[in-house]
Amino acid sequence: MSVVVKIPTQLRSASGGEAETVLDGATVQEVLDGLFERFEELRARISDDDGSLRRFVNVYLAGEDIRFLDGLQTPVKDGAELTILPAVAGG
Amino acid sequence: MSPSGAELLRQVKSQIEEVDPSEVKELIDEGVAIVDVRETEEFAAGHLPGAKHVPRSYLESRIEGVVPDRSTQIILYCASGNRSAYGARTLTEELGYEHVRSMTGGITLWKDRGYDVVVPRALSPEQRERYSRHVLIPEIGTEGQQKLLDAKVLLLGAGGLGSPTALYLAAAGVGTLGIVDDDVVDLSNLQRQVIHSTQRIGIPKVDSAEESIHALNPDVNVVKYQTRIDASNIMEIIEGYDVIVDGVDNFPTRYLLNDATVRLKIPVVSASILGFDGQLSVFKPYEGPCYRCLFREPPPAELAPSCGANGVLGVLPGTMGLLQATEVVKLVLNIGEPAIGRLLLYDALGATLTEVKVHRDPDCPICSRDPEDIGDEEMGVFPDYEAFCAAAG
Repeated sequence: MSVVVKIPTQLRSASGGEAETVLDGATVQEVLDGLFERFEELRARISDDDGSLRRFVNVYLAGEDIRFLDGLQTPVKDGAELTILPAVAGG
Repeated sequence: MSPSGAELLRQVKSQIEEVDPSEVKELIDEGVAIVDVRETEEFAAGHLPGAKHVPRSYLESRIEGVVPDRSTQIILYCASGNRSAYGARTLTEELGYEHVRSMTGGITLWKDRGYDVVVPRALSPEQRERYSRHVLIPEIGTEGQQKLLDAKVLLLGAGGLGSPTALYLAAAGVGTLGIVDDDVVDLSNLQRQVIHSTQRIGIPKVDSAEESIHALNPDVNVVKYQTRIDASNIMEIIEGYDVIVDGVDNFPTRYLLNDATVRLKIPVVSASILGFDGQLSVFKPYEGPCYRCLFREPPPAELAPSCGANGVLGVLPGTMGLLQATEVVKLVLNIGEPAIGRLLLYDALGATLTEVKVHRDPDCPICSRDPEDIGDEEMGVFPDYEAFCAAAG
């Protein structure tokens, strides 16, 4: 399955400036693993030490929060869009 | 030979049914449609309780919008009972209404009998002109404009987001605008904070904002809070406002605001900006998720970028602030679909708007509980709060 991962502005310093990247994987976990392999710095920004999502980062699969699906084990469809969204407080 | 005016009136009155004000008074709450056929100014000066207004000159074209069912009992009245007599004949003979009567002596006799008259609050001639483009929209109209004039909206921050929001809400005629900001205008603000100006560098932002608002619309009552919102003053400041616009630039205040507004059940129109990206959502306590349902905790201070440190496209707060202003107007008027339970993500570089769902978290530390159970000591607090604030300085 190939999935488009959208990387927000504040994480792009850790993704070499990439705003989106295409990755393979059958679950959200596998896609994120692929993302961390490509951009190692993103791992600590998105995942806790135990591999779970950090509480201030949300991940959406086709607009739905994966915490309300099957979390990191949520299966992904080919061509799906994964949005990574950390909290922002700028005003 | 054509009849004289007086003769015609006598003829018309003989062809229609009339009803005495004393009977109308008894019928007022009985499902009878009472229609005032006078001119707008006359209606605005006072009318029967519950009366609908259709000027006689628009009777044929508008009556169906007010009374669609032709079998409904209708009572028409005017000032003295003449215009309503003509109107009754029109409705009966030309439009087929089955039960139309004209009130004898009109509102003049009604008043002479000492019966109740309702005086609607009307827009002044200047207000009618100023807000005419609102009044023309059926979803707003005079009634909606009145709601805006009665509304009390609090803006947290007169910065990037607060500037356009305040200007447009003032222009729209929001009657009371509270502004909380402890800062003074700085040259580096002016790339985006359009409510301020070069001449006003160094003066408090609340004063500068007030000046711009009053220059645009002197109708607006500006309430200034030249302070930093914190746990000690938040309840006092926000209580009594209908909607709060969150444009603050730091996480501790966002969490504090969330918890306080959940407790007081005040809706918050929230936006945040960074670089080329903006986020927007409406948090309406107990109807939708709150900010903590969306982000349980803020990022640690070293990962919490601000516009001051990281920069922001000057136009972006304009875009996001006006989306906020739009949501405020919708909430005040109770129209449309506010962005409750939805987070809109605007990417200025890509020119894309993405929507993601925000669910109410059944385990939310704040809004899963009753408002009265949320204690003062836990408001705005999150794990590592002390460390966060120490690091953020």
